[in-house]
Amino acid sequence: MSFEEYKNLWVFVETEENVAKPVGYELLNPGRALADKIKGKLVAVVVGGKVEDVAKKAIQYGADEAIIVEGDEYYNYSTDAFGIAMKTLVDKYKPSAVLVGATQNGRDLGPRMACDLSTGLTADCTGLDVDEETGNMIWTRPAFGGNLMAMILCPDNRPQLGTVRPGVFKRPALDESRTAEIIREDIHVAEDQIRVKIRERIKEVAEAVNLEEADIIVSGGRGVGSADGFGIIREMADVLGATVGASRAAVDSGWIAHAHQVGQTGKTVGPKLYIACGISGAIQHAAGIAGSDCIVSINKDPDAPIFEVSDYGIVGDLFTVLPAMIEEIKKIRG
Amino acid sequence: MRILVCVKQVPDTTEIKIDPVTNTLIRAGVPSILNPFDAYALEVAARIKDVTPDTTITLLSMGPEQAKAVLTEGLAVGGDFAYLCSDRKFGGSDTLATSYILASAIKQIEAEEGKFDLIMGGKQAIDGDTGQTCVEIASHLGIPQITYANEATVDGDEVVVKRESDQGYDMVSAKMPAVVTVNKTAFEPRYPTLRSKMAARKKEIKVLTFDDIKEIDVTRCGLKGSPTKVKKTFTPVRNKTCIKLEEEDVAAAGKKVVNMLVDAKVL
Repeated sequence: MSFEEYKNLWVFVETEENVAKPVGYELLNPGRALADKIKGKLVAVVVGGKVEDVAKKAIQYGADEAIIVEGDEYYNYSTDAFGIAMKTLVDKYKPSAVLVGATQNGRDLGPRMACDLSTGLTADCTGLDVDEETGNMIWTRPAFGGNLMAMILCPDNRPQLGTVRPGVFKRPALDESRTAEIIREDIHVAEDQIRVKIRERIKEVAEAVNLEEADIIVSGGRGVGSADGFGIIREMADVLGATVGASRAAVDSGWIAHAHQVGQTGKTVGPKLYIACGISGAIQHAAGIAGSDCIVSINKDPDAPIFEVSDYGIVGDLFTVLPAMIEEIKKIRG
Repeated sequence: MRILVCVKQVPDTTEIKIDPVTNTLIRAGVPSILNPFDAYALEVAARIKDVTPDTTITLLSMGPEQAKAVLTEGLAVGGDFAYLCSDRKFGGSDTLATSYILASAIKQIEAEEGKFDLIMGGKQAIDGDTGQTCVEIASHLGIPQITYANEATVDGDEVVVKRESDQGYDMVSAKMPAVVTVNKTAFEPRYPTLRSKMAARKKEIKVLTFDDIKEIDVTRCGLKGSPTKVKKTFTPVRNKTCIKLEEEDVAAAGKKVVNMLVDAKVL
């Protein structure tokens, strides 16, 4: 395999129903630095129904060019349609590395691409670097439930593939005047090639949980004590315009739906503010909130490990502390 | 119906501690368990078996001799047959090589015993957390994949899966044979009974070595067949300093933190 041909750095900007997942834009931030280091172009790759606007936005976030593939078959994600489109694009353009957001669909697509392209994939990365000489990506990822970090290389194969956790990197600055070339690739996938069909899509709008994109998250754990106990967590979330999260202990106790779970086996989050209420802070939970800008924790146990990863900690009963905080926030905001 | 469930023996990562002096993982004394997500996959398979006559569940794992323990565990909660891929040539495999070996083993078992309709496994193992092996098995076998299933049932010649999404959930389906990886389910895996445990201990676990698998390329196994290399590992450093308020009046402490957050422009 001659590596000379494999030049650019790609960011796959995932879309669903023509809307980009935020992690796609976030990845343009480290993508910019990596592309510069290997003296290649930063290319945004967008596959979807009608996604030219997403490609334009990716360029405004710093991409040097965008490649788009449009068609009705891409309006909803499917492994087969996206897998075929990505393999066709990679074979034609030969990127050195491809960054994919480690969303549910990203982690479905990544291994399919790795197998189709017979190359290595590093999952769920939280750190990215590249060796300028060799162009080898240095992927850093947590393993053993966040207890261990591993640096992974894929030195003998191209392209190098990695999925990257949402919320780890911040979106780059938007430059609305920035323009660049948008290359359209006409790739179509016949209906019978898409082997998995969506029979029904249930949208539970009332209970929409979008932890990965939340600016503020208020989470409850074992200390909340019951499903009713989440009332005060929800009240705090309402006052702050925040999303409600939960630890595994609270979900396993059946107090709240799994969709709210934050941590290694739930969602990885990166809000501006994360408020952990009655959460002890098992390493699995800590790993899932490490991307937060600011962490506030409330716990009765002064030795709870959650305090080790927090910026502010209050030792006390959440049922006393939260009402006081709510009152103070309301007072300040008038 | 023939269902194959891939299972992995993993260290119980919730029991792992860091040595505060050397800052390395303490692996000694950490119990080895059946990967919890594989246990969910097995339960989903067992529920299909409960309602579908003439269904058998075959368990497949890869690892050293002691990995037989999780196969025996699986045989006690719904598994009928069990295979362990075990060979020095398989050591050091990354996910691409592991999935290649497992796919080759599946083809070998199918040649001897008949085709599988469903191949299942957990969404990821709790030690590596990659979630790649089962998906790559689907690609090697050229069959469709459905990941992150919360439930799966069989409807005629199709498997129907409930898959959680950000807005709610999707019901998706594929013609079998297909690969389904399972997320946490709403129900707990069944417990073994004394009798099922005794029966499981008597069942044979067939070992598949490299030589037992007819169609397999040695250059795609083990370290040689693994495109990814671990450069180094380290324990994460935590460098946060926490402003911790331990005060008698916890309500006042809460108010104080709100004001600190406002001053720091977080709120």
